[in-house]
Formats: sequence, structure tokens, C-alpha cells
Amino acid sequence: MGQSITVTVNGEQKSADVEPRLLLVHFLREKLRLTGTHIGCDTTHCGACTVLVEGVPVKSCTMLAVQADGQQVTTVEALAAGGTLHPIQAAFKQEHGLQCGFCTPGMMLTSIALLNEKPDPSDDDIRWALSGNICRCTGYMNIVKAVKSAGAQMRASAAVPEAATAATRS
Amino acid sequence: MLPAPFEYHAPKTMDEALGLLDELGEDAKVLAGGQSLIPLLKLRFASPAHLVDINKIKDLDFLEERHGTLSIGPLFRHKSAERSSLLASRYHVMADAAPQIADPIIRNRGTIAGSVAHADPSGDWGTVLLALDADLVLRSKSGSRTVKARDFFSGPFSTALQPTEILSEIRIPVAKPQTGGAYLKLERKVGDFATVAVAVHLQMDDGKVGSAGIGLTAVGPQNIRAERAEAALLGARLDDDTIKEAAALAAEAAEPKADHRGSVQYKRNIVRVFTERGLKRAYERARGGG
Repeated sequence: MGQSITVTVNGEQKSADVEPRLLLVHFLREKLRLTGTHIGCDTTHCGACTVLVEGVPVKSCTMLAVQADGQQVTTVEALAAGGTLHPIQAAFKQEHGLQCGFCTPGMMLTSIALLNEKPDPSDDDIRWALSGNICRCTGYMNIVKAVKSAGAQMRASAAVPEAATAATRS
Repeated sequence: MLPAPFEYHAPKTMDEALGLLDELGEDAKVLAGGQSLIPLLKLRFASPAHLVDINKIKDLDFLEERHGTLSIGPLFRHKSAERSSLLASRYHVMADAAPQIADPIIRNRGTIAGSVAHADPSGDWGTVLLALDADLVLRSKSGSRTVKARDFFSGPFSTALQPTEILSEIRIPVAKPQTGGAYLKLERKVGDFATVAVAVHLQMDDGKVGSAGIGLTAVGPQNIRAERAEAALLGARLDDDTIKEAAALAAEAAEPKADHRGSVQYKRNIVRVFTERGLKRAYERARGGG
């Protein structure tokens, strides 16, 4: 019954024999021991299990692992490179964008996809983008602040190399 | 939750997929976006022996106007509908509906055709297609046939689609000048199914209604086309009385059931109010506003 799949998870190729009925979230958590992706409702409602598949937010409880064969998957474990927090992580910490933290991995991955597409989102854009991610602690105010702040941070650091290049040219 | 075991097939071509369905018959289910099917499998409301995943087939994700038809492919996703400038400019009822489907993450994967084939009476796209008088192309190994949206739905989660067929294309008549539409949906919270929703599509001709489509969501055993309301509009000028009359007829066409979302009377009343508002908005848009 096993099916052989190869998925690029956080930049590394992972091969495994899986049952077709294995959900992507179980593949990540149980086969790869990447337990940062949380199972919340298990019914496609809450968004806690959100990961990026080919850069696009997907509820990993509602996708089969075999469907990810040959694709790129990004989980929360990829965010802190070399021990330095990703701007979205730093912003969630700074702005108190989490309390219990259960929804946070999904919130952050959805936010990154938003910021990649729209670097300077309005409050409405953020609330709209995050409307499939449920948080039962914070009331969302600080989550919205965190995403705004991360956006500003990411725009600033993206601007630095450009400015440096311009300076070199002149 | 884990689905019951099944065999998984990921054909690379449509012919291969149709061959599999022909061979497997009722033991197989087609997997497109999976945002309805996978939850059903997990709850074991469905436990097909085989899944035929069509996501690896190239060129099924399209939306284009050709030969007088707006043609939609089986892998065209809600997200793409939400972002389509073509839909926003000329197919307002679709552009209105798209961002109201489930939530943004589900819209990234779910497809219009999959949602229509799933035929949830609370599903939105079936209603939209009824209002647009769409044709559905059902393809099997032995050929293809075209079924009108109005003949497609036969009850809750039941359609004209045979187990050996794939809903391979949705065809909508190209929008003529002075066309407007609207989709109004009442939901308790983001991502919930509709308590009630109404789809309106209007084409004006010399100040009179040239054609009208009205569809109702979540107020019957299937998506409903409000035929008598449509007939009352045909050839009429859209004054307040005409709009009120059509809205009353749409409310009559509804067959809602009382549940935790509201009483029969409440839902019928929303159909009436939404039909009025939808007609006004569609009319406004047909005249180039809104």
C-alpha cells in the first residue's frame, strides 16, 4: 500500500514510503518529527496546521502527503535561520502577537505569504488574509500589529541592499 | 482523523484519468482541490477505494473567453477567481462570490468545478452558475455531453455526473454589454456556509431586462433557480414595483428548513431582501456604475 514520495521540506529533500491516506500534517509531524506544525481542529477550520506548499498557504490537515510529492513545503521550523528569528517571529514576540502560541506557526506562515505578495498591507488586508487562521487568546489586535511591524522591518531590510548598490554606482 | 485506506492515482493526462474512471466506476472519486472531499474522507462520510487526483494533469487551470463562451477549467481555483480582473469587470456575480467562499487558505486550493460537482446545497458556485445559465461539459472515456446547470443538480450532493465522468469544463455565455450581477451572502462568521445567499445576473436591453438569472443558496435540498422571479423581470423596466415583485417570487421559490442558523420565515425574508438588493446592485453595474 505504500507509495514512495519525495518532498522538499524546508529546502531539504525528504523521501519516504507513505500510505496514500496519510495527511500532509501527519507526514510532517510523525515521519519528519517537525512538530512545529500544529493540529488544531482537524476539520479545515482553524488554520493552525497551515504550511506553505510552493509558497502558498495550505491547511496541511486537508492535503494528502502523496499530493506534495515533488513539491516544496515550508514549515515554521524554516523561519529562524541559524538561530536568528525571522522578522515575523521577532515581530510576534515584540508586539505580543501570541499568548498560548498554538495558532502562531500557522499565523506566521500565512502572514509571510501575505507580505511576499503585498509588502505594505493595510489592517484590512491583514485581517482578510488571516481570516482562515483562528486565535482563541489574543483578540487579533496584536497579531495585526505584529504583521504590520514585520512588514515594515522586511521592507527596511530589503531596501538596504538596494541603497547600498545605488551608493556603489554613484 | 485519518481517511479509510484507498489507492491513489495521479494520472498525467485527461485520457489516462478517464481510462481509470472507466475501469474503476463507482469505486473511484475524482480529487481536485480536495477542500470538501478530504474532510469527507476524514469523517468517513465517503470511503472510495480509489482516488483519482487530477492535479498533475497540465492545462486544466484556465479561465478564458473564446467563441462566445467564458470557459472555466476543472482546476481553476477560488483564489484565481477572486483575483481575476476579467471577472471583476464583466462577471460581477462571480467576482462577488469568489472572496466569500470559505476562507483565504481554503480558496488557495479549492476549485470552482470541484465545488459544483460536490453539489452541497449550501455551496455558492452552483447558485452562481444557475444565475449565469451555464453549461457543464461532462467528459468520459466514450465522449462528452453538455448539461445545463439547471438540469445538473438533482438533490443534496447529487448531480447528473456519472462516476465515469469528469466535469471537464464550465461554459458561461460571454457577457453582453450592459450586463451586471451581484452575489449577496449572509454568513455567521468568515468561513461558514451561507445562512442564505442570492445570486443575480442581469442583462439590460434598451432600458428593459433582456435576460435575468436568479439563484438561491442554502434554502432547499439543492441550489435553486428562481424561475418565476426571472420570468417576472423579463422585458420589464426595473422600477421599484418590478423589483419588489421579483423579490417576493424569489422568496416563494425558496424551500428553507429551520436550523441553528435561523427559522423558515427568517431565511425566506433574507431571500426577499437580498434579491431586492442584488437586483438594484446588478442594475447599477449594468449601467456602468458600482
